[in-house]
Amino acid sequence: MTSPSRTRRRFDPAPLYKALFLTLVAAFVTVPLITTVLGGFKSLGELRTNPFGLPQSWEWENYWGILASKRYWMLLRNSLIIASLSTFLTLAVAAMAGFVFAHLKFFGSRMLGEYLTLGLLFPAATAILPLFIKVRDLGLLDTYFGVVLPQVAFSLAMSILLFRRFFKDLPPELLEAALIDGCSYIDYFRHMTLPLSRPILATVGTIAFVHSWNAYLVPLVMLNSDALYPWPLGIMVYQGEYSAEWNLILAFITLTILPTIVLFLLAQKHIVAGLTAGAVKG
Amino acid sequence: MTSTVSASVPRPRARGSSLGKLLADDKLATIALFLPPALLLYTLFVILPIGEAGFYSAFSWNGFGSPTNWVGLDNYRYVFENRAFGLALRNNVLIIVVSLLIQLPLALALAIALSERFRGAVALRMLFFLPYVLAEIATGLIFSFVYDGNYGLLASIWRLFGAEAPHLLASPQTSMLAILIVIVWKYFGFHMMLYIAALQGIDRSLIEAARIDGASRFELLRYVVIPLLSPTIRLSVFFSVVGSLQLFDLIMPLTRGGPADSSNTIVSFLYNFGVMRMRVGFGSAVGVILFCICVTFAFTYKRWMMRDD
Repeated sequence: MTSPSRTRRRFDPAPLYKALFLTLVAAFVTVPLITTVLGGFKSLGELRTNPFGLPQSWEWENYWGILASKRYWMLLRNSLIIASLSTFLTLAVAAMAGFVFAHLKFFGSRMLGEYLTLGLLFPAATAILPLFIKVRDLGLLDTYFGVVLPQVAFSLAMSILLFRRFFKDLPPELLEAALIDGCSYIDYFRHMTLPLSRPILATVGTIAFVHSWNAYLVPLVMLNSDALYPWPLGIMVYQGEYSAEWNLILAFITLTILPTIVLFLLAQKHIVAGLTAGAVKG
Repeated sequence: MTSTVSASVPRPRARGSSLGKLLADDKLATIALFLPPALLLYTLFVILPIGEAGFYSAFSWNGFGSPTNWVGLDNYRYVFENRAFGLALRNNVLIIVVSLLIQLPLALALAIALSERFRGAVALRMLFFLPYVLAEIATGLIFSFVYDGNYGLLASIWRLFGAEAPHLLASPQTSMLAILIVIVWKYFGFHMMLYIAALQGIDRSLIEAARIDGASRFELLRYVVIPLLSPTIRLSVFFSVVGSLQLFDLIMPLTRGGPADSSNTIVSFLYNFGVMRMRVGFGSAVGVILFCICVTFAFTYKRWMMRDD
């Protein structure tokens, strides 16, 4: 491979290949993202002639128009409400159940535990039609809770599993000592378990929030009125209305993924840990 | 020890008689309070619907009133006779194959390259993970711009070479290819992170020892690193398959399953043919089939591939 320089120090091409490889992949990832952001600043005509470069004239009104519209803020508000409710309910319900499975043995606890892990095996899509009928019969169609409750239910299996493992790994002497002192399980849960569980709360909370924030299928089936749409539904409607005006659509995409990117930059450690946690140890 | 704990725990209330009985009651109360919310939600929205899917799949029903038109297994026959369902199955298999043959090796190579410490390694990891965090809908829309025949990036690259741009998403021959590229773009970072986490757990001295023994780069990879990573690789294969079986959100903004049903997955087939037309029985049958595929795969894979983990 490098025969002429064999006697001297061998030239090693590996770092060069590596740099080239990483640059190519980085370009593969960033080019679509950057052209999306920049595309939002261009006029439609310029988008066609100059898709890659910086805009010749920055058309701020694409972005300002969207930021000034009620629609954009309503979509974000709906998404925020749905994702927050889902996250809060998932944390509360799953932490309590995880606590029971971690510390309390009772008749049938093993079986119930296995019953709950069945949910890991199939996605919500398998039962989406019966789920729709159930939500309709409960009178929850076209309400936030019609989206939130199924989302929480489908995230329970994984969340309970994560909580149970974390609670089990807490030093058992703590619980024994507290019980001997006459502390009830419920008080122990509130005053000892929860304060010690910030990392797992952050992890499970992140998974629940990101999944709900990005979710499409369940809201699509459960919601009818634009006023309740979270942003993934809203942006599809927007794209349908402005089908050929790509500069506006790109600006809208940029503004809707902006919160995700900001959150990702702020909390990358938690997000990476959270989104891979279920996988690594599940 | 006891004193340190009771300092941060509320003072015990004075309790009279047998401590054991009280503890048992406390246990019961905790179970009665903590378990029902989870069990109720889970049973109502996860277990019952999948059971009901089995029930509804035996009826021809539009969702109004109650199902009365019993058709036995006809819905399953219609599903399997449907040409679009065959295509959807083929597409799911295709997605799995591409995930295994292109996405996972790419993720592994990147993980190995980025597990060494150098300037920018962490930033690159985060950059490559970013697509996984973005919503499928946003990703799909971004790429429907990339592929757009008039304004898209690909079109302008083509024009640079003086060629007429192909409409990748508009042709049944290329729609799936276009989607597969997006899938790799979106998900390789997730698998890369799994591998990086696993590589950090590897005992470096094993690699050093092999290096001192004169192993070449390839041998190091083939006989040391990959065997050490095999539990993670098996896990990552599992996630690729399960993820591809439920792929839906990405399909809708790109093609909605078209043209001519060339790019449906099982779930988008279920949506287009079951939900959109409110054919509850037919859609439920598709759901049941998907359920069986998922469960069968999970059990056999766990039994055969992950039994030593």
